[in-house]
Amino acid sequence: MLERTQTALRWLGKGVNDRIWRLGFASRFFLMTVLHSGTALRRFFLTVREIYFTGTLSLVIIMVSGLFVGMVLGLQGYDTLQRYGSSEALGVLVALSLVRELGPVVAALLFASRAGSAITAEIGLMKATEQLSAMEMMAVNPIARVVAPRFWAGVISMPLLAALFSAMGVFGGYLVGVKLIGVDEGSFWSQMQAAVDFREDIVNGVIKSFVFGVIVSWIAVFEGYDAEPTAEGVSGATTRTVVTSSLAILAADFILTALMFRGA
Amino acid sequence: MPQLSPPELLVELTDVNFAYDRRPILTGFSMRIPRGKVVAIMGISGGGKTTTLRLIGGQLKASSGRVRVNGLDVASLDSDELYGLRRRMGMLFQFGALFTDMSVYENVAFQMREHTELPDDMIHDLVMMKLEAVGLRGVADLMPSELSGGMARRVALARAIALDPMLMMYDEPFAGLDPISLSIIGDLIRNLNDALGASSIIVTHDVQESLKIVDYVYFVSEGKIVAEGTADDIRNSDAPYVHQFVWGEADGPVAFHYPSRAYGEDIHAVAGHA
Repeated sequence: MLERTQTALRWLGKGVNDRIWRLGFASRFFLMTVLHSGTALRRFFLTVREIYFTGTLSLVIIMVSGLFVGMVLGLQGYDTLQRYGSSEALGVLVALSLVRELGPVVAALLFASRAGSAITAEIGLMKATEQLSAMEMMAVNPIARVVAPRFWAGVISMPLLAALFSAMGVFGGYLVGVKLIGVDEGSFWSQMQAAVDFREDIVNGVIKSFVFGVIVSWIAVFEGYDAEPTAEGVSGATTRTVVTSSLAILAADFILTALMFRGA
Repeated sequence: MPQLSPPELLVELTDVNFAYDRRPILTGFSMRIPRGKVVAIMGISGGGKTTTLRLIGGQLKASSGRVRVNGLDVASLDSDELYGLRRRMGMLFQFGALFTDMSVYENVAFQMREHTELPDDMIHDLVMMKLEAVGLRGVADLMPSELSGGMARRVALARAIALDPMLMMYDEPFAGLDPISLSIIGDLIRNLNDALGASSIIVTHDVQESLKIVDYVYFVSEGKIVAEGTADDIRNSDAPYVHQFVWGEADGPVAFHYPSRAYGEDIHAVAGHA
């Protein structure tokens, strides 16, 4: 019994130890990435190329999802609001839900699974095929040349994608609410304009998506760089990127919401 | 920094010890590579050959002993100095390690773009010269995934010599090649070494191919140098390990069986479970 308890405790201790060690390593890696960002920013075309792969190629999934989420909001929102006789507030409901929450969060979740996983797999495979090692032997730092451009591309793309997601969502809500159901077009837009505050709602939403961009990009590049250089290792790292960044996005969203909108 | 090694030596390992975790890889390892020569390090897989290359390139640090390249103590260099030294080294990785997201042309141009301010038309001419040297000017616009194994290795060789290195390192350059590619790579290693005035280290277990082109051979086994000499010395050696290796005998000093408990015990153990 005592022995079994000891084994369990030892196992727990090792697990906790390993996780803390890995978190420390990830933090140092984050610092190194930021410190070695000179190349990515000076030779900005390196970053632009990655923006194409992470951002531009995510456009379709982000826009289509945004449109559908907005259309669902339009239907559900109208159904609830009309019970209280305030269906012309539909624009407010759609816009606030999207700009404050759904835009940044859902876009970040989609971004993690579409672009984050690709970044991890790419860097992991570069490691497994000794490309990173070869780069080091050519006196080029892979963190500066491979990691940093991908990291910044993610950070730059994320707020733009989230904004586009929200815009498409508002349009989807408009299509369903005004064109399909017949809510008054004038009050749909004017109430939205009156109720959505630039500083409180839009800027806070942009801050959120920026933070999510940092989180997803950091996790994606770290998991790739730290991947075991085997087929199994890379696939495990890709899965971890999606799982860890999804959880991190939701947790960070709660904390940010608590800080931004308490009592408002 | 004191210039201890004689100037005709480009690489000098003195009494080097190295271990992964606690598993010793190299023990009391000493080796000298003179300038202008092609030197092979031979031995069975897992014997510490690739580790030697990584120590010379500064990717690993010895736990004790000294690694000197061009008179510099590799372990004592800071990262800028180490990168400075690496610009003068070229390394051919086992499977080429070409950058899969760039064309052949961009792969060869990579170091020129990273380390020099050369204008594009001059880079173009240099890339074409390097590709011409390995006979692959015609594939400049292809992607690495479109090349055969032997071609990929030659492109990687062109990339490794992009900045005319003083030291070339080859990690298993002959592994997995067809006979034609094999002798093409062998000839290239020798000819490029002499044309560039460089020195070369080949880590390999391909005895016959490498004995044709090298000046000197070190035999490594279990982290120690067990034999050394010119190609003829090695061919005529009667040291048991070298003999087994050169003639490819299945059993000898390198045992066929991985160390284990007695055969009978293992059989009984299974019988006991049943």
